[in-house]
Amino acid sequence: MATVELKNLRKTYLTEEIIKGISLSIEDREFVVFVGPSGCGKSTLLRMIAGLEDITSGDLLIDGQRMNDVEPGKRGLAMVFQSYALYPHMDVYKNMEFGLKLAGMPEAERREKIEHVAHTLQLEPYLHHKPGQLSGGQRQRVAIGRAIVRNPKVFLFDEPLSNLDAALRGQMRVELSALHRKLGATTIYVTHDQVEAMTMADKIVVLQKGVVEQIGSPLELYHHPRNLFVARFIGSPPMNFFPAIFQGGDSAGSSVQLRDGSTLYVPVTSPGILPGTKVTVGIRPEHVELAPSGPNSGTVEVIERLGAITLVHVRMSDGEIIVVQTDGAVLTDVDTHVSLTLPPQNCHLFAPDGLAFEACRRHPLAA
Amino acid sequence: MALKTKNSTRIGVTILGWGIALWLFFPIFWMFLTSFKSEVQAISTPPKLFFMPTLSSYAEVFERASYWHFTFNTVIVSVGATASAIALAVPAAYSMAFMPSKRTRGTLLWMLSTRMLPPVGVLVPIYLLARNTHLLDTCTGLAIVDMLTNLPIIVWMLYTFFREVPAPILEAGRMDGATRWQEMTMVLLPLALPGIASTALLSLILCWNEAFWSLNLTSSHAAPLTAFIASFSSPEGLFFGKLSAASTLAVAPILVFGWISQKQLVRGLTFGAVK
Ligand SMILES: Nc1ncnc2c1ncn2[C@@H]1O[C@H](COP(=O)(O)OP(=O)(O)OP(=O)(O)O)[C@@H](O)[C@H]1O
Ligand SMILES: [Mg+2]
Repeated sequence: MATVELKNLRKTYLTEEIIKGISLSIEDREFVVFVGPSGCGKSTLLRMIAGLEDITSGDLLIDGQRMNDVEPGKRGLAMVFQSYALYPHMDVYKNMEFGLKLAGMPEAERREKIEHVAHTLQLEPYLHHKPGQLSGGQRQRVAIGRAIVRNPKVFLFDEPLSNLDAALRGQMRVELSALHRKLGATTIYVTHDQVEAMTMADKIVVLQKGVVEQIGSPLELYHHPRNLFVARFIGSPPMNFFPAIFQGGDSAGSSVQLRDGSTLYVPVTSPGILPGTKVTVGIRPEHVELAPSGPNSGTVEVIERLGAITLVHVRMSDGEIIVVQTDGAVLTDVDTHVSLTLPPQNCHLFAPDGLAFEACRRHPLAA
Repeated sequence: MALKTKNSTRIGVTILGWGIALWLFFPIFWMFLTSFKSEVQAISTPPKLFFMPTLSSYAEVFERASYWHFTFNTVIVSVGATASAIALAVPAAYSMAFMPSKRTRGTLLWMLSTRMLPPVGVLVPIYLLARNTHLLDTCTGLAIVDMLTNLPIIVWMLYTFFREVPAPILEAGRMDGATRWQEMTMVLLPLALPGIASTALLSLILCWNEAFWSLNLTSSHAAPLTAFIASFSSPEGLFFGKLSAASTLAVAPILVFGWISQKQLVRGLTFGAVK
């Protein structure tokens, strides 16, 4: 049972404000992922929660209790570091035992706990190996084991999988999700990796330059990004954007004129937007369709064949590049002339200040 | 072609290395030889490389002065100064390495700069301080001065060794519930042990060989080995045989100790892969 609440947290280094007032509440058993570009303050925020960085202002509550001035070891948290940060001079058993020993747990109980965790993580053969004798994946498991064995209220992870190769990362991702389901502990997880964020999170927090851009479930962010930044950041390959002129709207949708003169009627509301306003249209590569002829035409410039899918980069007549994700077996070739179909229900509109127009109907998976 | 140049530079560097080593070692070697000569052989020209070795210089040295008394003082002063310097320097270097502030670099440079001051510049104040606190001619007094003069170098060295230890390992300790003290003693010190050992060794050598303060702050009671050597250099003119014997006796323990512990140190350094 553990909830975490951040109330207007701020962090200033010297004169520079790194975290600019973040408020967030994390439910018991929730898996929350912080994502954002490099340097946006993800690690700093996590370390503030951990107690490794001082909180300049604001409140941190764990289970409703203010933790700002509580020692890291007394907050009931465990952290897994990107570099694993195992104690190099202790073997695997001692690494896991260290925290328990400091907490004054009796020897027999310690042994039982460690053996149980080692069994869960398949670490039994390595209990008396030093970290230097283990592979990256094994060290990662030890780091996780060291966190689990303390039975913390909240797990903190700072890019735990980023030093592993792609195959192992995929495997550990699944294992971590399973482990979370089994232990049911509240988890805060920092990552760069889209796939990790989308697959593991109950809730994603998108950060940029020390502020929250959007908080929501993975599919909520995917289907209803709140602004241009989130729309660009979530999804791979990233969403296509091109300019348009707002013409007018009603309660069922808004119509915009594209550069080639064609119009698009998108099911989003547009309160307070004046006709003639320059807006941005966004559509994901997987939603654009290739058509043999029609409006929105262009020339194929690059083709990336990934086997199951193909990414077609089309240079439009107005000079914009639009990426289309299509079938792996598509026959289109470079330099051919193609037309694109833009299904309006999959289009997003963004006002000049970057905010998205509200969709008329929420996506059923992102209600 | 490239291989050949590489090989010939390597041979060149090796020869140069040996040359410098012999150049540095020669005086010690000559002192060692001279200590086994009679006084006449010791000052003969041209110098003799082959001669009938004699222990007469050693016998006389032992007869005239109490070698063990001086050695005892040196050991007490060196070990005491080194141990207290390390004890003070570890927390200082820890805070500088892991909690640096705007002024950390400046402080380190300033500390080192105190080593550049000629000691004679502070001879009178230190002498008066020692006299007024009744620490003249005591091992405690000399150890305190030795400790203070070496402290900057020791802090600096420990600082560089501590910087090698990745901060997340200490933070992991903190997350595991370690206090600052436990973090330092149970996580940092074991990891930095080879570095601390070589720092301590350097400090021991510096204290062992320190002559300026020992000659000025001690007379008989607390006189260390450097004073023992000095006592053979003046009164009735120079007697090179006895002087060499005394010097050999003075440097031998630290030389042997350094030789042994150096091997330990290299082993320690290669064993403990920190990262
Ligand atoms: N000790 C520090 N002193 C000054 N600035 C710092 C310090 N630590 C971090 N910063 C700054 O704070 C900002 C956020 O850093 P942080 O490490 O939290 O980013 P991040 O989102 O974790 O990035 P990454 O994805 O690269 O790990 C960066 O601009 C960084 O330069
Ligand atoms: Mg980071």
